[in-house]
Amino acid sequence: MHMADALLSPAVGGTMWAVTAGVAAYSIKKVQGELDEQKVPLMGVLGAFVFAAQMINFTIPGTGSSGHLGGGLLLAILLGPYAGFLTMASVLIIQGLFFADGGLLAMGCNIFNLGFYTCFIAYPLIYKTMVRRGYTTRRIFAGSLLAAIVGLQLGSFSVVLETLLSGITNLPFGTFVMLMQPIHLAIGVVEGLITAAVVTYIWKTRPEILEKAATGELLGGITIKKVLTVLAVAAVITGGVFSWFASTYPDGLEWSLLNATGKEELEAPDGVHQALAYLQEKIAFFPDYGFKNNAGEAAGGALGDEGMWPAVDAGTSVSGLVGGAMTLILAAATGLIIRTVKRGKGQRFV
Amino acid sequence: MADPVPAFYNIRFLDELAAKKSIIHNVHPLMKLLTTGVYLLVTVSFNNYDLSSMLPLIFYPVIIMALADIPAVPIFKRVIPALPFIIGIGIFNPIYDKTPVLVLPWIVVSGGWISFFSILLKGILTITAALILVATTGMPKITSALGIIRIPGVFITQLLLTYRYIAVLDEEAGRMVRAYSLRSAGEKGIKFRDWGPLTGHLLIKSMERAQRVYRSMCCRGFAGEYHTGREKGISAGDLLYLAGWSLAFILIRRYNISEILGWLMMGAKK
Repeated sequence: MHMADALLSPAVGGTMWAVTAGVAAYSIKKVQGELDEQKVPLMGVLGAFVFAAQMINFTIPGTGSSGHLGGGLLLAILLGPYAGFLTMASVLIIQGLFFADGGLLAMGCNIFNLGFYTCFIAYPLIYKTMVRRGYTTRRIFAGSLLAAIVGLQLGSFSVVLETLLSGITNLPFGTFVMLMQPIHLAIGVVEGLITAAVVTYIWKTRPEILEKAATGELLGGITIKKVLTVLAVAAVITGGVFSWFASTYPDGLEWSLLNATGKEELEAPDGVHQALAYLQEKIAFFPDYGFKNNAGEAAGGALGDEGMWPAVDAGTSVSGLVGGAMTLILAAATGLIIRTVKRGKGQRFV
Repeated sequence: MADPVPAFYNIRFLDELAAKKSIIHNVHPLMKLLTTGVYLLVTVSFNNYDLSSMLPLIFYPVIIMALADIPAVPIFKRVIPALPFIIGIGIFNPIYDKTPVLVLPWIVVSGGWISFFSILLKGILTITAALILVATTGMPKITSALGIIRIPGVFITQLLLTYRYIAVLDEEAGRMVRAYSLRSAGEKGIKFRDWGPLTGHLLIKSMERAQRVYRSMCCRGFAGEYHTGREKGISAGDLLYLAGWSLAFILIRRYNISEILGWLMMGAKK
């Protein structure tokens, strides 16, 4: 599910933008440094392929409904995690711009939710682990299915966290999770089945494509660690900056914008009041209307008192800190998962 | 079965709008991108219960669409499909927040409804802002603006290629699906056992096309980056566009203009 601008606060949206930009910058460095330039047109055309495949309706066996491809996992399998992530990012950018699917501010969230988990968690830790002893139809199906389900569960859980931290919805956490996760379980199953069907076909007809993708990438524990370090640093810096603004002033965005433009002009309520009062005398349509006292008090209060700024929202100022903290917790959890999986692998081969 | 071609029409519709000439189309793409950014940030920074003070933000899309000669109905038709998720989340606010905030003689409005409508308004405004950015700028110019802010060339090339090949591959997918449905006599969608062969075949075709694309790019001197031509410089007018809109958005954020207007019209004294 694509996150929408309307469900975000600037702090959460900004933090996720910065985190995603960090991962993208690292991926770009990797793609530039280690892969042949032929990969760039391939990435472009495969991005377009995802769009084309999304237009195809797949009938889901046993139900009357149909589903379509998301694409993140398939791109990671065909291109490796870094190029896969970048291609997914451009797919989501075009969806955001041309199809109103997700917004521009929510782009950071969407690229992270749909690209990061599939390319950097589900693909290397689940899919690759499951097919590492050679491709078989069963392993491809099991690996794709599990990887797609886990990727989408993490993604939809992020949507829940991002929305709740933005302070937009009154939905309690538990109810929200119970709404989102089961829906995405179904979506994950369909995504996994489509991915598996395509990968199996490719493996049977053109196995060299999968082999090339598998050798063309470098993925050890160290590189993932670096990705997570970049992620954590970006989260701390932006979360810190946002929360610093947010805690010192009623609204960080407003404060910084006011400072950047004509501050004095804006902070002269008396002058504004006088001008407005004068204007009012000239243009009042109903000079002796009955409600004047009430309306006057309300408007006067809203204008005169700094404390009555239109949107002094405690939720916004807290969410910068909480947004940063959330990403750190996510990063820490990711680290733990990687460690656990690596430990498991080590035991199997010792 | 859904026709695979609409994606292509959607892109083409916005591309055609972007090819028009108007005062807004002439503004430097980077300034339009930044203005859209400020607009989005200001829009989402409003408190959920500030429905009335948020309303003046509608002026931006209305003015731009009028100046750039963009038809409102087709744009709005593209906004609607994006709303169900926003409504799906927002509709829980009236259920959970029943605090009365506005007592009128005939109806009591709860906080939940106010916040629901403000989420809905935010949704419409932000989606419209993104669509009118594309409709007045076009993808090539947006990517050139990304180049100015130092987004690496590899990513921009890849983004542009994706964008350009959507139409080509969409048509390809359309032909395959049409052929499939003609042979499958009334079946809806693609059957499970055909998922792999059909999509996989499209994928292989796409990859082979990518190889041909790459070779022909090399023949024309491709050395890792696209050259999108020289973009005109940023003029004082462009800067004024960004500054003017930003100031307007900040004023809307700072003062409840709807309320002030009401106050002026009612003739109440301070």
